[in-house]
Amino acid sequence: MTDSTNGGYDEFLDALADGDGYFYACSNGHGLLPPRQVCPHCGDRELARRELPRTGEIVTHTTVSVPTPQFDDDAPYVTAIVDFGQVRLTGIVRGVDRDDVAIEQRVTATVEPSETTDDRTITFRPAQ
Amino acid sequence: MTSFGSHPDRTGRDMFASAGIEALEDAGVPAADVDELFYGNFVGTLSERQGHQGPLMAEALGTTVPSRRIESACASSGLAVHDAVRAIGSGDADVVVAGGMERMTNMGTAGATDGLARAADDLYEVRSGVTFPGAYALMARAYFDEYGGTHEDLAHIAVKNHENALVNDHAHLQQEITVAEALEAPEIAAPFGLYDACPISDGAAALVLTSPAYAAEHDLEASVSITGAGHGGDTMALHDRPTLSRTPATREAAEAAYDEASIDPNDVAIAEVHDCFTIAEVFALEALGMYRYGEAIGAARRGETRRDGELPVNLSGGLKAKGHPVGATGAAQVAAVATLLDGTHPRAEAVDDDATTGVAQNAGGTVASATVHVLEVMEE
Repeated sequence: MTDSTNGGYDEFLDALADGDGYFYACSNGHGLLPPRQVCPHCGDRELARRELPRTGEIVTHTTVSVPTPQFDDDAPYVTAIVDFGQVRLTGIVRGVDRDDVAIEQRVTATVEPSETTDDRTITFRPAQ
Repeated sequence: MTSFGSHPDRTGRDMFASAGIEALEDAGVPAADVDELFYGNFVGTLSERQGHQGPLMAEALGTTVPSRRIESACASSGLAVHDAVRAIGSGDADVVVAGGMERMTNMGTAGATDGLARAADDLYEVRSGVTFPGAYALMARAYFDEYGGTHEDLAHIAVKNHENALVNDHAHLQQEITVAEALEAPEIAAPFGLYDACPISDGAAALVLTSPAYAAEHDLEASVSITGAGHGGDTMALHDRPTLSRTPATREAAEAAYDEASIDPNDVAIAEVHDCFTIAEVFALEALGMYRYGEAIGAARRGETRRDGELPVNLSGGLKAKGHPVGATGAAQVAAVATLLDGTHPRAEAVDDDATTGVAQNAGGTVASATVHVLEVMEE
């Protein structure tokens, strides 16, 4: 492997892992994940860094039984899209039985290694 | 087109040659008259380690005319047809071949699952565990939450499309299934079971498109024309969309295509839509304006979209049963609508005699891209 990184994405994961998650908001209120230079919804380039709220709400979820090779040992696992108000994130849900995952459930976002490759993965856990 | 299915011993260039040569012969157009090739392909650089496929596939037709490989995930050859129509419409070309090819079964299930996931956002979706079925499952759950619907509604779509493919010898799966079997199949991404998903297929499809002037001059038998072509876009990642239960890229493409053809959704007699997963047929029918949002979920169960219904959908078997060699799918859909309208498709008997208008809808990824084509029977 080379020493190259995925710039803004890796910095975002670093921050999320430290409990300092953030996102960008354009002047028209669209929330965006880094790296972004411009808002895809309205073309605005005035992007302000904002703190990611501590908890968000599951808007949809699925249990993946047939994974990509990168998640072989993780399957079956739950993937969800979580709404943090102005911005949404996709990640894996842990710490709750798949049958108990529900829309509107509140979760926190963090970064944990995947079971298969140890790669850093956006992970949601039930909010305490 | 080639048969869709498992062709472990055929290279991509060989499959596209079969489809392209057959299309040229069927059209009565010599390869020497082709001005350009518009060729769709999604994962050829992964599955065959072959980039720069445009010139390779032009050679397979027997020419070295200018070509390009168009990649828009599962909408690759729908977009190839769209751009080919534009090239003719602009006067730049008189005769084009538009088509596509995908070789996937040689990648195995895990490899193909990985390849298909490449249609999603690598950083924020694939690395968060999203697979292609998983992405549509996320959309299905959001749809059920907003509008209602059950896995059984989806099973009726699978059963219908499997039934339609029974007479289609080009289809990957000629296998009748029941609602109960669909509901009991192994889960792949909840709420989807195996029968909610299209198969992983190899295959190629090609169309010969000409200007009206060329067709008249050469006395070609061309009873069906593409009268409208539209292309729509959306954000790549699902989480960047305000709603997960609608697909605005298809709506955008449909409005452009209907406008160009001067039709509205009520004029459409048959549709071939992008049912990579059962729920995708629902999204397509609503975005095409054939149903209000939230109302297409029960269409197959109620019989409306079956072959004896008011609006037969996916008479070819759809991606679900005909198969989904990704880069070939959009062109194959247009070919299916054309042959259903001109009476040469094995399911043409299901099309009303007075039907004049059909639609083909092709979608890329989770409908971050979409094309819609309107086909009409030309008056003698």
